Amino acid sequence: MIQADLNIILPEILLAIYAMLALLAVVYTGKDKMAPMLTWLTAGVFALLAVWIGMSGSGENVAFNGMFHDDAFSRFAKAAMLLAGAAVLVMGADYMQRRNMLRFEYPILVALAMVGMMTMVSAGDLMTLYMGLELQSLALYVVATLRRDGVKSTEAGMKYFLLGALSSGLLLYGSSLVYGFAGTTTFAGIVEAVGHGHAPLGLLFGLTFVISGLAFKVSAVPFHMWTPDVYEGAPTPITAFFATAPKLAAMGLFARVLFDAFGGVVGDWQQIIALLSVLSMFLGAIAAIGQTNIKRLMAYSSIAHMGYALMGLAAGTALGVEAMLVYMAIYVTMNVGTFAFILSMEKDGQPVTDIASLNMYSKQSSGRALALLFLMFSLAGVPPFLGFFGKLYVLRAAFEGGLAWLAIAGVVASVIGAFYYLRIVFYMYFGEEGDALDAPRSLVQQVLLMASAAIMLLGIVNFFGVDTAAQAAAAALMPH
Amino acid sequence: MNDSLLSLVTFIPTFAALILLVFLRGEDEMAQRNAKRVALTATVITFLVSLFVLAGFDPNNTGFQFVEERDWLMGLKYKMGVDGISVLFVMLTTFMMPLVIWASWDVKSRVKEYMIAFLLLETLMLGVFMALDLVLFYLFFEAGLIPMFLIIGIWGGANRIYASFKFFLYTFLGSVLMLVAMVAMFVNAGTTDIPTLMAHEFASETMSVMGITVIGGMQTIMFLAFFASFAVKMPMWPVHTWLPDAHVQAPTAGSVVLAAILLKMGGYGFLRFSLPMFPIGAEVMTPLVMWMSAIAIVYTSLVAFVQEDMKKLIAYSSVAHMGYVTMGIFAANQQGIDGAIFQMISHGFISGALFLCVGVIYDRMHTREIDAYGGLVNRMPAYALIFMFFTMANVGLPGTSGFVGEFLTLMGVFQVNTWVALIATSGVILSAAYALWLYRRVVMGDLIKESLKTIKDMTRREKMIFAPLVAMTLILGVYPSLVTDIIGPSVENLISNYDTALAHGASASQSASH
Repeated sequence: MIQADLNIILPEILLAIYAMLALLAVVYTGKDKMAPMLTWLTAGVFALLAVWIGMSGSGENVAFNGMFHDDAFSRFAKAAMLLAGAAVLVMGADYMQRRNMLRFEYPILVALAMVGMMTMVSAGDLMTLYMGLELQSLALYVVATLRRDGVKSTEAGMKYFLLGALSSGLLLYGSSLVYGFAGTTTFAGIVEAVGHGHAPLGLLFGLTFVISGLAFKVSAVPFHMWTPDVYEGAPTPITAFFATAPKLAAMGLFARVLFDAFGGVVGDWQQIIALLSVLSMFLGAIAAIGQTNIKRLMAYSSIAHMGYALMGLAAGTALGVEAMLVYMAIYVTMNVGTFAFILSMEKDGQPVTDIASLNMYSKQSSGRALALLFLMFSLAGVPPFLGFFGKLYVLRAAFEGGLAWLAIAGVVASVIGAFYYLRIVFYMYFGEEGDALDAPRSLVQQVLLMASAAIMLLGIVNFFGVDTAAQAAAAALMPH
Repeated sequence: MNDSLLSLVTFIPTFAALILLVFLRGEDEMAQRNAKRVALTATVITFLVSLFVLAGFDPNNTGFQFVEERDWLMGLKYKMGVDGISVLFVMLTTFMMPLVIWASWDVKSRVKEYMIAFLLLETLMLGVFMALDLVLFYLFFEAGLIPMFLIIGIWGGANRIYASFKFFLYTFLGSVLMLVAMVAMFVNAGTTDIPTLMAHEFASETMSVMGITVIGGMQTIMFLAFFASFAVKMPMWPVHTWLPDAHVQAPTAGSVVLAAILLKMGGYGFLRFSLPMFPIGAEVMTPLVMWMSAIAIVYTSLVAFVQEDMKKLIAYSSVAHMGYVTMGIFAANQQGIDGAIFQMISHGFISGALFLCVGVIYDRMHTREIDAYGGLVNRMPAYALIFMFFTMANVGLPGTSGFVGEFLTLMGVFQVNTWVALIATSGVILSAAYALWLYRRVVMGDLIKESLKTIKDMTRREKMIFAPLVAMTLILGVYPSLVTDIIGPSVENLISNYDTALAHGASASQSASH
């Protein structure tokens, strides 16, 4: 019995063991000198795990009496997170190394955060949920302050920690209410206690607190306040990481809780999620207009994008979950490319984040400018780029879920949001001639930028199976 | 060959753009010349290949021809085809593009990017007229904004940034509402196939939205969503304000494409979506559209009077002429719609030529101020002749294509709404007034301005660019059946379907009320 359970969570165990062994090995040998090698090695392990999970798993396996689920949904999320994590690790290595920030703790902490995230998307129980969430969060708090002597970095880490602790408290309080009223912590038990139609008031109360805690993790409005500061303060490679894998994990966990534990009372939470969604889309679109720092801009952009992903969840249908997953996959790909570009923005070896430094970048480096143009239009959701199809997916889901008003609000917000993406294009193509940025140094960043831009265009010919995988993943969440 | 001819036509320019992007290096004169040559060759080849479409087109077949269909993502289809309504727009596009490229021969900065932008724009415009899948249509329709945004923003005039942002955001806002309606249609009818949707009957029971009673129900709402997009694109009064800005700031070639082709997408959209798919909604909204058109014709003609910028004047005259088009379309009879399509084709040649005329003197003097000119006839006789010809065509002088379009639409509208026709007819006089006054101020009189004393007449290249436009304007003016024979049967089919749907809707609501 225990043997079978362990088999199911083997990827998580292996990754945890890898992290601990790596820690031991590095502490006793080269310490920070080993960091570059370790970063690549960790990325390699991520990639291998992603392939393994993506290829091997099948069916629905439940371990530890329903506390841990291994199904199409968790496999989809895990594979995407691991690939995103690997990409972010390798593209930041060069940046951190040249600034003496590449400590050996970095890849190890990221690996531990990844174990937490993988646990989150597999959670079948409030305890598992909390365990995964805290493992991920603790590792991320530390990573945010990686630049120990930087005021902004430590401030970012502190803010993230305090607000994160608050949100964990909310989540925990909600969980205790749910436990109190349902009499069990497993999702399977809760879904029975909740029943159909409308949930008892106590459970509803608990659910609201759980949603608040999760909304903090996906940085949905009104729980978004930490995002711009943390994005700006944290070293750029860490920001890139925050913008990708943890967002996917949190959305995955969101879907798990809503559908596995509260799938019977869609009507009760639909309005809450729809409200989070519409607020996020509008705040993300409007607040980003005034930003001059590209990292803060991306923070607001990610808030807006979470709004669209939540639109899929709000639909409360299998199509909605499918749309959310596809949307997140596209979002992560766009962000990897965009951050690969941001990482390479340097003047005299110093990183710059001011948008105005992109002045006339198209003359300086036309290929890279074109790639960023693709990504910006894709983020704005303008066809023919892939970002448009992500939006189309969630719009359709929202419409089928009876949320026509949300779809209309979403497209209006996307027009407002288009302004600031256009502004970046404006600086690159129509701006005044300014000081040139340094030539890009890192081949890895270059490759990831180009690959991501190419996917934005080639992806519209074929989704390369992502949609069918997302469909299977969504089906796994639905009651059988 | 026949089953992928349309894709071939559509993607030849993209292919040429890719060649430029990948193989052309450097900014020297040699590279610039090569970029221009590749672009010109590609657009000419596109035109020649598109002639096969025209030659193989059977006007009496009212269905879609040259249809090709492939599976695409999300259960959508990559489906292309042309019918009598769209085939001439395809021809207009392929015909105009070589002229546009050739007119850009003197562009000096970033020639390669310039040519790539125009080539991609051609692909996207052609795609709009051929797409037979809602999402595919939307993709081409919206993606066209990107190259146009860059064309205005990079190669435009002094205030190009304001104009490019206004152009993009204005049209984007219009289109996203259409996107929501498209999603609604997708969910409602379960398909995005345009021919199927044209036969689909969307719900038209009167319903209440947030306390407001909507006659025509879903159909009216969806009509309005599409209307938001097409009215902005067209552009109709009062959402036309982006057009003068965009026209004034865009480079000459950009203005030509904008006036000759991009504006026609709105009219095409009305004919492809609004009338056939939401007939009841269209009927409910017809009075509104009619009156908006009439106001547009009179109001923008008056505004054109007081312009001091030549391009702005022609831009406002375009808005007025598009007023005839919308009026004709919503008259929903043979003359009206025939006239509207004819007017769009003819306006493509005429307004394109007028913007080229402005470009000719702008290239020499670098100003578009009307007051900066005067007496050009003394030094530029050939130019004076050509400008005269297109001014007359713009006014709608019999013998030019401008006359046929205006006359047919007015005749169509007269049968439906006499008052609108009456007011719109005054636009004919107004347009004669502002166009001739512009001509007098720029070309006639004594040449007194010192700066104009050395101005040179048109070069051979410039004359050759105008030659095909003059020819088309004259030919269509004296032999309009060339167009109406092709569009006639399809338009007839459209109208009979429209009337049947209305009759059916009326009987349905009658039986419901009893």
